[in-house]
Amino acid sequence: MSFLSNYIKEVYGAVSSLLIGMKRTGYYLTHNKEVITEEYPEFKAKMADRFRGEVVMTHDAQNEHACTGCSACELACPNGTIKILNKFDITPEGKKKKAIDSFVYHLELCTMCNLCIVACPTDAIKMSQNFEHSVYDRRLLTKQLNFPGSKLREGVE
Amino acid sequence: MRNVVDTTPEGNMVLNVGPQHPSTHGVLHLFITVNGETILNLDPNIGYIHRSIEKMCESLSYRQFIYSTSRMDYLSAHMNNHGCALTVEKGLQVEVPERAEVIRIIISELTRLASHQLWWGSLAMDLGALSPFFYAFREREMITDIMEETCGARLTMNYIVPGGVMADIHPDFQRKVKEFIVQFKSKIGEYHELVTDNVIFQNRTKGIGILSKEDAISYGCTGPTARGSGLSCDIRKIYPYSAYKNIQFKEILETEGDSFARYMVRMREMEESVHIIEQLIDNIPEGEFQAKTKAVLKLPKGEFYTRLETARGELGVYIVSEGGTTPYRIKFRSPGFSNLSALNHMVKGHKIGDLVSVMGTLDLVIPDIDR
Repeated sequence: MSFLSNYIKEVYGAVSSLLIGMKRTGYYLTHNKEVITEEYPEFKAKMADRFRGEVVMTHDAQNEHACTGCSACELACPNGTIKILNKFDITPEGKKKKAIDSFVYHLELCTMCNLCIVACPTDAIKMSQNFEHSVYDRRLLTKQLNFPGSKLREGVE
Repeated sequence: MRNVVDTTPEGNMVLNVGPQHPSTHGVLHLFITVNGETILNLDPNIGYIHRSIEKMCESLSYRQFIYSTSRMDYLSAHMNNHGCALTVEKGLQVEVPERAEVIRIIISELTRLASHQLWWGSLAMDLGALSPFFYAFREREMITDIMEETCGARLTMNYIVPGGVMADIHPDFQRKVKEFIVQFKSKIGEYHELVTDNVIFQNRTKGIGILSKEDAISYGCTGPTARGSGLSCDIRKIYPYSAYKNIQFKEILETEGDSFARYMVRMREMEESVHIIEQLIDNIPEGEFQAKTKAVLKLPKGEFYTRLETARGELGVYIVSEGGTTPYRIKFRSPGFSNLSALNHMVKGHKIGDLVSVMGTLDLVIPDIDR
């Protein structure tokens, strides 16, 4: 007799445990106020300020940047993502002055570790919040970060 | 690689589980010898996601190599970085500011919570319950938002650097963490209602995959896997690092050693992590978030070793330095590798379905095993 009552008790306990769980999922089925998903292409979430999308170089209205071509970012990068090609400008006084010719950034190698941004002494580069990097040709992932015709801002050493 | 055989000479079937199998959570390949549905022997075959992180680190500087450890155990990225930073700091003899120490612990405990929530959701999914996964991700999403704001990434974060942390916490950090704690505390009962008390879940985990305390020691198991067998091995408690010595928290121990015990250890550990964060979140000391270090780090000649507790167990970081700017040799003692070695012992004699529940409660992360 005790066997039978134990059996019934066990079945009762099992069914009630299942029903408690079902009640919880049923609650969320009928109370769908807290929708936590967003439909992506129509609705784009605003990324956080510090989100690391890709490295960009900041240019001001006069098309001037702050990159002196010191290669600190190139040395700090663990993956060889950044290559800086320098050139020598002739100043009006007739002196040679180092400046960047092109700041080549390989997005396909970048792991967004932020070490280049930390290493930069003049805050010339920063991380942008753009996260949509898909392209049809991988050659498009190699970018030149300094704008055409841009030059070094006055006073930045 | 061995030859692929269907049967052993005794007439038992050899079954390949993985390398692409939903319940292995990655590219883990298991050769299991089965008689009917009873597992006679299990032989893990690893190396599918080996990226030679240890060798790679030898050519990277002491600032650079830390970022690659976020790719080992990606669910406890901050703890991996913390271990490397502690080892480098040991060599450099750098004093870390108090503010950085506290931020590091809060961030680590948040990572532990996020890791355990993902584990809870995926374990329930392995055992046939789909909806807990979404409930787990609802709370986990709040943590990833906090991480995104402060560390700049959602998964492979590198925030902890030698000398402190990379940037100060976001102005919203404390408010958001408090919001998360309120949300988590109101929902933890739901976790137990949905899964812990469920009769199907209990039948599939109680008495399954028993690991005795002696076996846990001999296989080198650490973390919640060993604590489920009653082995006291929480590095935070027995060898306190960082600021853990000033924090009140309990080491969670269960004595049964079965899958359910390991499950309960992790569930109770989540509550303990919340308890740690509650103590610290209002008491973040003012000051610098990073100690002054040289631009190029050079460790003195010698060997340096640190151990710390990740979400899965004990992580050891061993650096041999020749006095240069790059390490001569780096070795990581990862928790997943040792825990996997006990799997054969735990599943022998059980059914194939039990393998899933045992593997789920071991909480294996394959990139951590292969490195």
